[in-house]
Amino acid sequence: MNLSLRRHSVLPGFGLSLGVTVLYLSLIVLVPLSAAFIKTASLNWVAFVAAVTSPRVLASYRLTFGASFLAAVINAVFGLLVAWVLVRYRFPGRRVIDAMVDLPFALPTAVAGIALAALYATNGWIGQLLAPAGIKVAFTPLGVLVALIFIGLPFVVRTVQPVLEDLQPELEEAAATLGANRIQTFRRVIFPAVLPALLTGFALAFARAIGEYGSVIFIAGNMPMVSEITPLLIITKLEQYDYAGATALAVVMLSISFLLLLLINLLQAWMRKASGQ
Amino acid sequence: MTTATAALAGLPRHAVATPVCAARDATTEPVWVRRTLIGLALAFLGLFLFMPLAVVFHQALSKGVAVYWRAVTDPDALAAIRLTLLAAAIAVPLNLVFGVAAAWAIARFEFRGKSLLTTFIDLPFSVSPVISGLIYVLVFGLQGWFGPWLADHDLKVIFAVPGIVLATIFVTFPYVARELIPLMQAQGAEEEEAAVVLGANGWQVLWRVTLPKVKWGLLYGVILCNARAMGEFGAVSVVSGHIRGLTNTLPLHVEILYNEYQFAAAFATASVLALLAIVTLGLKAWVEHQQNSPEPVPFDREPQP
Repeated sequence: MNLSLRRHSVLPGFGLSLGVTVLYLSLIVLVPLSAAFIKTASLNWVAFVAAVTSPRVLASYRLTFGASFLAAVINAVFGLLVAWVLVRYRFPGRRVIDAMVDLPFALPTAVAGIALAALYATNGWIGQLLAPAGIKVAFTPLGVLVALIFIGLPFVVRTVQPVLEDLQPELEEAAATLGANRIQTFRRVIFPAVLPALLTGFALAFARAIGEYGSVIFIAGNMPMVSEITPLLIITKLEQYDYAGATALAVVMLSISFLLLLLINLLQAWMRKASGQ
Repeated sequence: MTTATAALAGLPRHAVATPVCAARDATTEPVWVRRTLIGLALAFLGLFLFMPLAVVFHQALSKGVAVYWRAVTDPDALAAIRLTLLAAAIAVPLNLVFGVAAAWAIARFEFRGKSLLTTFIDLPFSVSPVISGLIYVLVFGLQGWFGPWLADHDLKVIFAVPGIVLATIFVTFPYVARELIPLMQAQGAEEEEAAVVLGANGWQVLWRVTLPKVKWGLLYGVILCNARAMGEFGAVSVVSGHIRGLTNTLPLHVEILYNEYQFAAAFATASVLALLAIVTLGLKAWVEHQQNSPEPVPFDREPQP
């Protein structure tokens, strides 16, 4: 790496553009984010541990991380299926459905939340079919899972899709020529090629799910110890003017998010290497 | 987003079908497998995408058109629409200017700390919306860093419009930049360098060379940025204070109506946001189509025989 700050280029505007970028980034993102960590530093260690490990908080971690993990697993399976169907098969309405996959990115989370609550309530379109079987979704942890599946749906599809599109047909033809059947070709040729993208999509969906708030609170029922997610607990503490407690929880969540971001960066580097770019 | 980038890099959007029938048989699945897989995928998407969307409009119109119309033209709803538009009108241009500046610095120059800077730009995407609101409370709230100073000068940021705008800027921060950076990196700097050698200054290069080259990527980022700005709920909810007619955005108005058991009105308001989402997806598909179709060759640049 060059020792001077930048390598020579004939293009102008380096100082201005980098200055604007760093200034705006600091004012909007870095300084406010550091406020959370500085505020927590004013708490002593015992108080911090007590704030982030109370039974109600632990129950909210279990729900948040458990439901997020399960939702990401379900999205990985069905996301791969949807990406496969959209890339490999032709059927009426394919382009519209392809565009619709991004709906969870475009639909405000509050709208998704009340829509899912209405669908899965005991008198809703889906809820009334499940009620006779004794399955309750709305206002239970299962409702949290449903909301998190919705919110994470596009991530796996959109990371796997381009890799499937760029997969060279010659590889599969070679496998077939060498006597592999379709299942063997999928397991030994296609799946290893899409695995880095699949894991990246999984991690993105998981990271998005643990922070999700809007779509969950309407369908969760928000009962302490049962169906209360960690982001909601932060809001509850804020409304009780427990700023230190809210910030301590936020720092735990932020640290986990940053670790996930690091993991996602590593996965994406692996993905680029696997696709030979 | 990645699809668009791949398409821009000139990669084929769809695998080319093999012309020989025998080869195709060996590299595709039997009809019944194909139909089962398509059916399963459609069932999943129907359950998780189409039914939630359909139920919004069904519930919105369940009490008739008159109730619907009254809900969306209610003074509080109109005030919420105005505030939502205001927040987006400030957040989107600011993040657009930032995105262009960041892409210019990162995609056109080599410097130390570049990958760290790129990671920092992505940070707001990995922060929970609730925490995005909380950090501004810690800075500008009554007990925050600038709280006492703001109170002395009779300025309000939290539980007021500035807080809502700031939270909106934070959650939509990376959209334009992360669309432009890979695009400009893939395009390379040769044309800009040629313009400079021919005597153009920096602004001329930006307006005449760079921006025309990235216009679709830019528009793509702006569309996504705008959709998130208008739809943000968690972050805005923390800093808003939920004062009707004053600090209520459209998504917060939906929540208030819903919690007051005014379901038809809540879904009517929600349907406005759902329509916005559908328009966003339509525009997005259109921009992707524009990116994929090659630019028409201007007459004077056609190769001479």
